[in-house]
Amino acid sequence: MSKFNIIRRFKEWLAHEKKMFKKDDKEAYLFAIPYTILFLVFIIIPIFIAMYLSLTKFDMVSYPTFRGFANYVYLLTSDEEFMRYILPNTIKFAFIVGPGGYALSFIMAWALSQITHRLRTVLAIILYSPSLTAGVTMSVVWRVFFAGDESGYLNSVLLDLGMIIEPIAFLQSPDYLFTIMIIVALWSSMGVGFLAMLAGILNVPHELYEAAYIDGLKSRFQEIWYITIPSMKPQMLFGAVMAIVGTFSAGAIGVQLSGANPTPNYSGSLILNHIEDYGFIRYELGYAAALSVVLLLIIYFFSKISWNLFGEKD
Amino acid sequence: MARKFRAIKVNPKKFSMDQIPMLLLILPVASFMVLPLLYIFNHAFKPFDELFDYPPKFFVRRPTLDNFADLFDMASTTGIPISRYLFNSIVITIIVVFLSIFLSTITGYALSKLKFHVNKYIVKINTIAMMFVGTAVVIPRYLVIERLGLIDNFLVHIVPMLAVPVGLFLVKQFIDQIPDDLIEAARIDGASHFMIYRKIIIPLIRPAIATIAILSFQAVWNNAGVSETFINTDSMKTFAYYMSTLSSGSNSVAGTGMTAVATLIMFIPNVVIFIILQNQVMNTMAHSGIK
Repeated sequence: MSKFNIIRRFKEWLAHEKKMFKKDDKEAYLFAIPYTILFLVFIIIPIFIAMYLSLTKFDMVSYPTFRGFANYVYLLTSDEEFMRYILPNTIKFAFIVGPGGYALSFIMAWALSQITHRLRTVLAIILYSPSLTAGVTMSVVWRVFFAGDESGYLNSVLLDLGMIIEPIAFLQSPDYLFTIMIIVALWSSMGVGFLAMLAGILNVPHELYEAAYIDGLKSRFQEIWYITIPSMKPQMLFGAVMAIVGTFSAGAIGVQLSGANPTPNYSGSLILNHIEDYGFIRYELGYAAALSVVLLLIIYFFSKISWNLFGEKD
Repeated sequence: MARKFRAIKVNPKKFSMDQIPMLLLILPVASFMVLPLLYIFNHAFKPFDELFDYPPKFFVRRPTLDNFADLFDMASTTGIPISRYLFNSIVITIIVVFLSIFLSTITGYALSKLKFHVNKYIVKINTIAMMFVGTAVVIPRYLVIERLGLIDNFLVHIVPMLAVPVGLFLVKQFIDQIPDDLIEAARIDGASHFMIYRKIIIPLIRPAIATIAILSFQAVWNNAGVSETFINTDSMKTFAYYMSTLSSGSNSVAGTGMTAVATLIMFIPNVVIFIILQNQVMNTMAHSGIK
């Protein structure tokens, strides 16, 4: 009975699809298919493979063997590094760099929108240019800044000022590495999202402000809160999504800066490094896939929050 | 009431005193941002003895091109000249930029203007996929690429880089602004959809094209990961990869001069292209909102 129902439903659906297909422009399929295939193969399918592998034990050599939720159980109960360092580090990093970089981008965009065109362009290029440099190439520069002997700029300045007696090995020190990572990540956080917000602020119609002042707005802050942000919600959301992606992609810098995975005492290790540690160093790919799934869920969770804040409710 | 509040003045034509607080807000951040970049510039031109200066000096005193010469003379451990890496990077970048412009514009046109009943699903999935962090699923991606036979294949630099959800998103938003009547009129005159795409859409969406050009340029030109993970033959690796080996291999002071040069070479094209195209980019970003 119910089986028939399903078949009938499926047939109805198929007939409906056929009818819709007949009405479609056939070129649309031709135009959209190359992108869609690449998109499915390199973005969507890997996500599904990750989900499947996370339920298996797999070492790249022998065939994956199914073992249910064992990887997730291990993750929650036995992976001591994950619970003690990786997860807290990841969350701390995400909460500081994500909203921090986002707020910084907004404030800078807001201030920039109020100066003249030529000066604004120059300053916007300066603020945007760090995000043009990939983390990999720039880690070289930061490594010289924070180098652990007298040749490091920071050490040299601090020694000069007499604030320290011995040079500090900043990048090898569990006390400093995390802070340095946050500085570097914030430095390169003003990317496409920043440009979108700048364009958004520049395009808020001026009449809105005038009208609001007649209605009795009293401060700059009220103005931003009630006029500027609500009128550029779509750009705010785009900026938020870009900030989230940027934050989680920047998460690997700890390893580049310290030159070791895991980082000293796991102080700068985020979940991305942990995935590489298990995937490419220990060859426990099933477990690495479980970590990937957790990371994607964390990213999804953050995006959901932004969507609720700025998305249009329908 | 003491002072009546005035609305902010967006995009002022002339400089005035009330812009000074804004500048005071921006300049400290901007100088922090520009510091590392200034450092690369200075370091790249330092002669050998200045690199060894103690205490280290920020600014170069007697600029030379020694570091450039060193970098280009030095063959890597496998005996491959640096020009080979540069050549690979340039070829890959040009191909990817052009193909991804083509793919995202033609797909954007199909999704935005053609009758296509599944378009809203594709758009929705694409929007969600914007928050996809490629490195998170590096292992399954590896498996897919291996299965496709792309390991140690030059195409692996190109094919996986072509589908960029952010690029398609921006283009589609931009095409949405073009009035439907324009396309209707061309249809009545007997133009095919491909003709409309070429003669009407492409000229109208130049700013969006500039934007994806920049985005995909950055993604490809700076990419060291592909060479590191998927390519075994040294002569097929990219300049960005070579850069990253310099930075992890040599911690010596002499090496930093060369690395600064290499970073400079990586960085300059990015900035130049952005400066040339920045007006167009800002134009696209006005339509970047997620609705």
